[in-house]
Amino acid sequence: MNKTTPSKTHSDYLLSLRRQTIKVRISQLLIFVLFFSLWQYSSDQKWIDPLLFSSPKKIVALLIHKIADGSIFLHIGMTLTETVIGFLLGTLFGTLLAALIWWFPFLSRVLDPYLVILNAMPKVAIGPILIVALGPNLTSIVAMGILISVIITTIVIYTSFRNVEPNYVKVIRSFGGSKYQCFKEVILPACFPAIISALKVNVGLSWVGVIVGEFLVSKQGLGYLIIYGFQVFNFTLVLMSLLIIALLATLMYQLVEALEKKLIKNRTL
Amino acid sequence: MAFLQLKSVGQTYFSKQTATTALEDITLSVSEGEFVSFLGPSGCGKSTLLSIISGLIQPTNGSVSLKNQSITKPHPKIGYMLQQDYLFPWKTIKDNILVGLKLQGCLNDERTAYTLSLMSEIGLYDTLDKYPNELSGGMRQRVALVRTLATNPQILLLDEPFSALDYQTKLKLEDLVSNTLREHGKTAILVTHDIGEAIAMSDRIVLFSTKPGRIFRTFPVTSHLRKRLPFEARQHPDYSVMFQQIWEELEQIEQNDTE
Ligand SMILES: Nc1ncnc2c1ncn2[C@@H]1O[C@H](COP(=O)(O)OP(=O)(O)O)[C@@H](O)[C@H]1O
Ligand SMILES: [Mg+2]
Repeated sequence: MNKTTPSKTHSDYLLSLRRQTIKVRISQLLIFVLFFSLWQYSSDQKWIDPLLFSSPKKIVALLIHKIADGSIFLHIGMTLTETVIGFLLGTLFGTLLAALIWWFPFLSRVLDPYLVILNAMPKVAIGPILIVALGPNLTSIVAMGILISVIITTIVIYTSFRNVEPNYVKVIRSFGGSKYQCFKEVILPACFPAIISALKVNVGLSWVGVIVGEFLVSKQGLGYLIIYGFQVFNFTLVLMSLLIIALLATLMYQLVEALEKKLIKNRTL
Repeated sequence: MAFLQLKSVGQTYFSKQTATTALEDITLSVSEGEFVSFLGPSGCGKSTLLSIISGLIQPTNGSVSLKNQSITKPHPKIGYMLQQDYLFPWKTIKDNILVGLKLQGCLNDERTAYTLSLMSEIGLYDTLDKYPNELSGGMRQRVALVRTLATNPQILLLDEPFSALDYQTKLKLEDLVSNTLREHGKTAILVTHDIGEAIAMSDRIVLFSTKPGRIFRTFPVTSHLRKRLPFEARQHPDYSVMFQQIWEELEQIEQNDTE
């Protein structure tokens, strides 16, 4: 928005920028259309097994049917609730744990190897134990969603707590600020960007956790639909559920990104 | 009696391999309203000494007292301004300058008004709602000065406050800071490695030698220079004489160092 720029060259620049964007959008749309038409066509021509790979038309027909009888919303609602709870609690617990470790440096030294091991361990393998312990219900599915994200969140956020410029803390301390004030005024706000990026990663992780959880126990939800589809050999149902999950995960990611823009719009990072 | 009193202060830093003595036997007193500069090569412990005076670190030897009261932790009457501005990028300028009052639990209308009046004094009243990244280096350093002055400290510790600025900005800020501190009757300690800055700004210059940091010599600044603002002082004949004198002393410190 430089006023000294001759307006003609500036408008030229804006125009070329817009052209670029349009080109990108058209290409993206083209890939989308191409992918689904190719899928449909190869299914019609029996290039791929229609029983296994279904086809976009069949999926849409099934979706319309499930929307009409309302059953799909039950499943979506269930899974979405579990995922959002798992995602929020995973990030919250991870941040709290990171704060605890930051507060007690001794604890950080003690816990360090355990965090590394827990992080490397495939958490979904604990799923069956969770279900026996917590019962085959929503709690254990949410727990799965939390479990899968909480350790990596703790590690990422604690690392960013550690990397906060120490001189910011020095400023607070020079005014006689307490440890709690250092945390509240400096450590936490300085790490907002790290917390947001943890949120972004956790969107993906908590979907994995919840779907795996649903595989194991549920009577409802998109994960249940996928497992059920496999069992009755209805791959149209499986693929439909997958597409819905992809769409919802994307929407959730966009939501976090919008939040990010709102929260840290004024900073250079 | 002295306003600020340092008694044989020493500081040794320990690590697994070594023990580094950063400061040894620093005895010094500063009277109320005085402007003292600490001058010396980098690594001679100037910043360490400032941190000790501010109460942020405890010296391994000796003691610091302000008006006969021993300093063992940060004190509201001592203001500390770091080498860079360290304004919080997530706070507006207004929230930045009020942070000290907030931390000390004395954020009221009167103190806020005082702080805002300081902002107009340094000519940055219209930046209150901006964020630090929208300001230039010189403006940010001025804001940092207001943040330090907001809690109304009696003594200001300035750790190379102008070293990150370009020359012109630095000269202007020297005048502004000097004038502001004088008007508000503050005592100040300025850490610098710039001989000219020390001469132009202070009443007394304390020259440090390295390894370990000790007081090498003390120079009173002539009254001609003291009554002038830094920029004018730099034009005065006394300035070059003092510059020459201190330059030679510093050379001598360096020679002792290499021997
Ligand atoms: N936290 C610290 N731990 C160990 N050594 C330190 C620490 N801070 C400073 N030092 C050492 O003390 C000496 C003086 O440092 P400093 O006070 O920063 O000097 P100056 O400000 O004069 O450049 C240097 O040799 C430095 O390496
Ligand atoms: Mg220093």
